[in-house]
Amino acid sequence: MRTSLILILLAMLGTSGCASVKIEPWVKPYERANLADPIMSFERDPLAASYLQHVFESREGARGAVGGSHGGCGCN
Amino acid sequence: MNTRYLLPTMLTALLSAGVANAATLPEDRTDLLYHSYEGDGADINGPALVVRKSFGDKVSLSGKYYVDSVSSASIDVVTTASAYSEERIETSFGASYLYDATVFSLNVTNSDENDFLGRSYFFSVSQEMFGALTTLSLGYGRGDDTVSRNGDDVFEDEIDRQHYQLGLTQVLTKNWIASVDYEAITDEGFLNNPYRSVRYQDDSTRGYAYESELYPRTRTSNSLSLRTRYYLKHGAALSFDYRYFSDTWDIEAHTVGVGYVHKFRDNWTFEAGYRHYTQTQAEFYSDLFERPQAQNFLARDKELSSFSNHMGRVGVTYAFSKKILPFVERGTVNLYFNRLRFDYENFSDLRVGAPVGEEPLFGFDANVIQFYVSVWY
Repeated sequence: MRTSLILILLAMLGTSGCASVKIEPWVKPYERANLADPIMSFERDPLAASYLQHVFESREGARGAVGGSHGGCGCN
Repeated sequence: MNTRYLLPTMLTALLSAGVANAATLPEDRTDLLYHSYEGDGADINGPALVVRKSFGDKVSLSGKYYVDSVSSASIDVVTTASAYSEERIETSFGASYLYDATVFSLNVTNSDENDFLGRSYFFSVSQEMFGALTTLSLGYGRGDDTVSRNGDDVFEDEIDRQHYQLGLTQVLTKNWIASVDYEAITDEGFLNNPYRSVRYQDDSTRGYAYESELYPRTRTSNSLSLRTRYYLKHGAALSFDYRYFSDTWDIEAHTVGVGYVHKFRDNWTFEAGYRHYTQTQAEFYSDLFERPQAQNFLARDKELSSFSNHMGRVGVTYAFSKKILPFVERGTVNLYFNRLRFDYENFSDLRVGAPVGEEPLFGFDANVIQFYVSVWY
């Protein structure tokens, strides 16, 4: 419980604290052409990516933290 | 940390976050995929279709239809059962709503097999902050599965699953972006595979016999991942992914992936990648127990053993901008080939005749093909 309270406080400080400080974006909107290129996307093709995750989840013990939402694994 | 405090912690972070910028809905697109997996005596293939369309500038809806046609004579099937064929059909519906600078998304998924029914719900919120350099996302999901066993009209059990996700994507420079994701998953219910068995030593000629697996009815796992992309000159990018995983069954896993994408002329994109995965065994796993009912929980499921795998990946994408249909703006045709190698450290290949306990270790290769067409409109 104590850990969770500390985390909640840190979350509030980390976000609302920063909100009151004006942060100047160090990458301007006109400098984001490369970032906007599809080859920089974490999930360029979500359907193909989720299929590959299904292949891994069916055969490996690990799961989660791969981005995107989850459906039923159907792993048995 | 107790997972019941995760959701309030995550919501507190989101609600107190500020300095939001314009967020965007997912793109309007349709993907039609054919997938094929061949390995360990199993042949799994089928089509998949996802259609996504926005309505106005606030709402985007999506629908998914996915089929796994399975024909399996894998080592588990060959050594303890008989080959089988089955079909799994997954359908899902998703809705995203843009409110001010926040995107709310809800996804409902059904997975239907003759011995497994899965229904899951996933709700997520994402928000851009700090001049759109940072995106925070939170997610909560729940799954309710029903497990049955072919040939057994009496057996039926349930699985209750909960997901908690927290993600942070950060623009580091004009060429570099990174994402950190955390996910906790809790399961409660029948977590065994209902068909698999463990083996134990006995006095028979063969030297061993089988009994049913017995897993704990609860499992909690934690995953933390780092993903990063770096833009090189001339339309190329490098990727690096790492994930750490651990759970209450004592499995610990590491996943590392690297990739390279290169655009060629106007229409072509080539991609190559490598992924390595390694895990330790579950505490109640054994390739060969000394006696029946040797301990409270028993498993000889190779997915719970100590093993590693390697995957190489190559792919090519051809982009076209012709209006093949009146409403289509552009599209891609994609072909990816993945080659996997699995090596098990304490799971024996019982198809090979050898004295009990001296069988060679199991390993196999698998080929995974993805061919898909995507169109944007």
